[in-house]
Amino acid sequence: MSTDQYLPLVALVALPILGGLLVGLLPKGNPALPKQVALVVSLLTLALGVVVGMAYQLPQDGGAPFQLGASWEWIPAWGVSFALGVDGIALMLILMTAILVPVCILGGWADADATSGSPRGYFAWILVLEGLVLGVFAATDVFLFYVLFEAMLIPMYFLIGRYGGAQRQYAAVKFFLYSLAGGLLMLAALVGLWVVSADQLGAGTFDYAALVGLDIPVETQKWLFLGFFIAFAIKAPLWPLHTWLPDAASEAPPSSSVLLVGVLDKVGTFGMLRLCLPLFPDASKYFAPAIIVLSIVGIVYGALLAIGQTDLKRLIAYTSVSHFGFIALGIFAMTSQGQSGATLYMVNHGFSIAALFLIVGFMATRRGSRMIEDFGGVQKVAPVLAGSFLVAGLSSLALPGLSSFVSEFLVLAGTFTRYPAAAVVATLGIVLAALYILLMYQRTMTGPVRPGVEGMADLRGREVLAIAPVLALIVALGVFPQVALDIINPSVDQTMTAVGSTDPAPVVAEGK
Amino acid sequence: MVHLAVPMAETLTFPSLQYRAMAPILIVLGAAVLGVVVEALVPQAARRAVQLAVTLGGLATALVFVVATPGSELGVVAGGTLAIDGPGLFLQMTILVVAIAAMLVVAERRVDPAGDAFAPRASSLVGSGEEQEQTRRGWSQTEVWPLSLFAVGGMLLFVTANDLLILFLALEVMSLPLYLLAGMARRRRLLSQEAAMKYFLLGSFASAFLLYGSAMLFGYAGSLDFAAIADAFRDKPGQLGLQVIGLTLLGAGLLFKAAAVPFHMWAPDVYQGAPTPITGFMAGAVKVAAFGALLRVMYVALGGAAWEWQPAFWVIASVTMLVGVVLAVTSSDIKRMLAYSSVAHAGFLLLGVVAFSTAGLSATMFYLLAYGLTTVGAFAVVMLVRGPSGEAGHLSSWAGLGRTSPVLAGVFALFLLALAGIPLTSGFTAKFGVFAAAIEAGGVWPVIAAVVASAISAFFYLKVIVLMFFARPGPDAPAVVVPSLLTTTAIGVAVVATLLLGVFPQAFLDLASGSTPFLR
Repeated sequence: MSTDQYLPLVALVALPILGGLLVGLLPKGNPALPKQVALVVSLLTLALGVVVGMAYQLPQDGGAPFQLGASWEWIPAWGVSFALGVDGIALMLILMTAILVPVCILGGWADADATSGSPRGYFAWILVLEGLVLGVFAATDVFLFYVLFEAMLIPMYFLIGRYGGAQRQYAAVKFFLYSLAGGLLMLAALVGLWVVSADQLGAGTFDYAALVGLDIPVETQKWLFLGFFIAFAIKAPLWPLHTWLPDAASEAPPSSSVLLVGVLDKVGTFGMLRLCLPLFPDASKYFAPAIIVLSIVGIVYGALLAIGQTDLKRLIAYTSVSHFGFIALGIFAMTSQGQSGATLYMVNHGFSIAALFLIVGFMATRRGSRMIEDFGGVQKVAPVLAGSFLVAGLSSLALPGLSSFVSEFLVLAGTFTRYPAAAVVATLGIVLAALYILLMYQRTMTGPVRPGVEGMADLRGREVLAIAPVLALIVALGVFPQVALDIINPSVDQTMTAVGSTDPAPVVAEGK
Repeated sequence: MVHLAVPMAETLTFPSLQYRAMAPILIVLGAAVLGVVVEALVPQAARRAVQLAVTLGGLATALVFVVATPGSELGVVAGGTLAIDGPGLFLQMTILVVAIAAMLVVAERRVDPAGDAFAPRASSLVGSGEEQEQTRRGWSQTEVWPLSLFAVGGMLLFVTANDLLILFLALEVMSLPLYLLAGMARRRRLLSQEAAMKYFLLGSFASAFLLYGSAMLFGYAGSLDFAAIADAFRDKPGQLGLQVIGLTLLGAGLLFKAAAVPFHMWAPDVYQGAPTPITGFMAGAVKVAAFGALLRVMYVALGGAAWEWQPAFWVIASVTMLVGVVLAVTSSDIKRMLAYSSVAHAGFLLLGVVAFSTAGLSATMFYLLAYGLTTVGAFAVVMLVRGPSGEAGHLSSWAGLGRTSPVLAGVFALFLLALAGIPLTSGFTAKFGVFAAAIEAGGVWPVIAAVVASAISAFFYLKVIVLMFFARPGPDAPAVVVPSLLTTTAIGVAVVATLLLGVFPQAFLDLASGSTPFLR
């Protein structure tokens, strides 16, 4: 245990959870009060996130790989600690989460009003979820990671099951059972890992650094890797374990969809990067080609299904299946470019998906439908809404100058140096992305104004406040990606060292 | 050591008795005898209060004696027939805590408009004029208390028995009162009596198996003493027939009480038919006692033959878990569902038993503590959800409970999450312990089966939570009765234990691992 505990990071995890409890206990009478309190709590959390970000020292300035640590013994009998700490990868995702939650609260101001549940409950669960996700990103104890990983399910389950659309119960149960099945496989692997650590170190431990230092036999690694990986692949979700996502994301209220796809699912890809690779380096290399194939299939399959959707939210959910394929591709290409790109992709995808889901949510509330066929000519009646949607969509299809371009380029370039064929096929995903985004835009926003759309109001003050910062970040990260990459790159190199993987040397074509 | 045939010429020497070490057992059995006297001498009106005082007082005093047992008193006592050791005391403590919580629920009188959960006179014909008269006069069956005390006394003896004959006696002292208690329900008496009959008949078979197995092992080892049997397994090869038959029959008898597959058939019927407070008592305390005895027999007496029983037990554990959860998925009655869930939990517990290590021993004991308290709490909640004709057993009538009584539904959801093994509840800590012990012992496949079973079990626990929170209440929605302080206390204890053992388990993990190993 270190002597100086960095408390702001602990506060960052605790504040939203305590705030959530507070919101849940507010008196019933005033429906606006929980929203206001929740917004204040989430903004305070964001401020704390900025404090943590400022305290983070880049490794080139002498910072340790994991910093700002705080740790207390929790269950010493099993070597479990309540231990937090961040590296560059975790820091980026923590900041993304802290930014997206106030955006979701503003954007989802009215999401709970028309449902049978109470607004108190809705915003309380959102805050609790934020705290748990921040805890997962910051955990440096694998047991703590697992506990928070499982606990995340409960708020999300209530957000979907109580506040969602017509099929909400089906979607919520499907989401929960899929995730729980994955989580239990992870539990078996976790127990196995603990037994290995007990064998090798004399006493079982869950300390991340100690576990990374283990020398696990390859055969054991393979089994343990699968336990963790399948859990993360369900969460991410990776083809063919993605089938819960379209249901859950389309039935959840828009702000919860953002949290589900933009934040919660990142835990899956984060887990691959944080746990699967460094803990099981040999197994990761063994399974990498298979996972690359799955990722490629996911990229193309998700994109093709997105093109065929008639429901706007389902369409966006399928684009995410495609994009998570890119992220997994970048991670398992085992190059520093690919992994940096994948990490940046997680952040960028969070912002673009937030804008897309929220705007579609605004449209659906105004029109009373989320089917593509019910829209048309929206840009004539609601130009700001249409324009924002276009920017978010263009970011999603990786237009140069917008944020996703940088990350997608890095992923493809990083993949190409090791798996050229995979990179070529994955590029198809970009072409298809142009197709599904632009087709969607064309059908809903352009053309003659369809009946039912005539009186559609443009974005209002609160909605502009929610969308504007996200769009600003999309542009800013598109133009100045280096700020983020400076934080991400050293931590990715750290991961690469732990895996014992080096970038392939560039092949110089000899004298032609 | 017990010698069955005492030569006539020898003078009978009495073993010296260590009264301090045996005090908890003597106190509970003494309180039970006192309870019988109370039945005979105290007038009807005052009887319930006196019995309640005797029962809770007896159990609490015994608990104090268990907890305060000095280390110097530990040892094999009473002429080698009882082992008062760490595991024995831990299990006795667990049984007493669970029993006290269960007795608080048994004492509840505010829930049923006609009185407590028991028929005024179990001997009266169901629905006869005689019975109506007794109900009208507000009679109640206070024999419930001494019967329960005898059962608890039997359990305390069962987990410390170090001798096959004492083991059998303890089994009977524990079981006979339970057979009676199962048949005393005020509502749905025929179901209750049928349950008692089934439990008695099948239980008698199991006792016979246990006795026959003991005889075989006596034939093999020449002694009923656990330590002597263990020595025989070490020093006396051969006579495989006697070994295997004895081991199998003894195991069958114990697994019956533990409700492991294929000896689980009685559980759903008995759990459903018995008065709900008694079901909670059985599901909680009997499980502890059965596994306590199973642990001691397998680890101490049959430890030398571990290579014989371990493979079979891996299979039984896996099958028990899977059969339990699959049957639970299909059941539509809440008590039957919890009964099948208890079968599944027997499987999880067996993982710890079959690991055959100190880690397995302490993990199993921790599991018993966690499971016992959660189960008593869960059945107490079941008792409170009532329709016009008694408890609302069918799952459909639990719909919308989260809207009408959010606190009770929340508490029940917590118990279900704990039974499902969700992190931060006692069930998770317990499962983690037995999984780790099983993997250490090489049981990777049984643990994978356990993970699959956990996933399936999540489905039916979740089904109830979904019903309670997301469904709308039906037209004949049951009313939730506000219980008296007694049941509220029991449920409160269960909630605190479920959270405490889940979030801050360290002290109890230390207690369990500090209580190992068995003395012999």
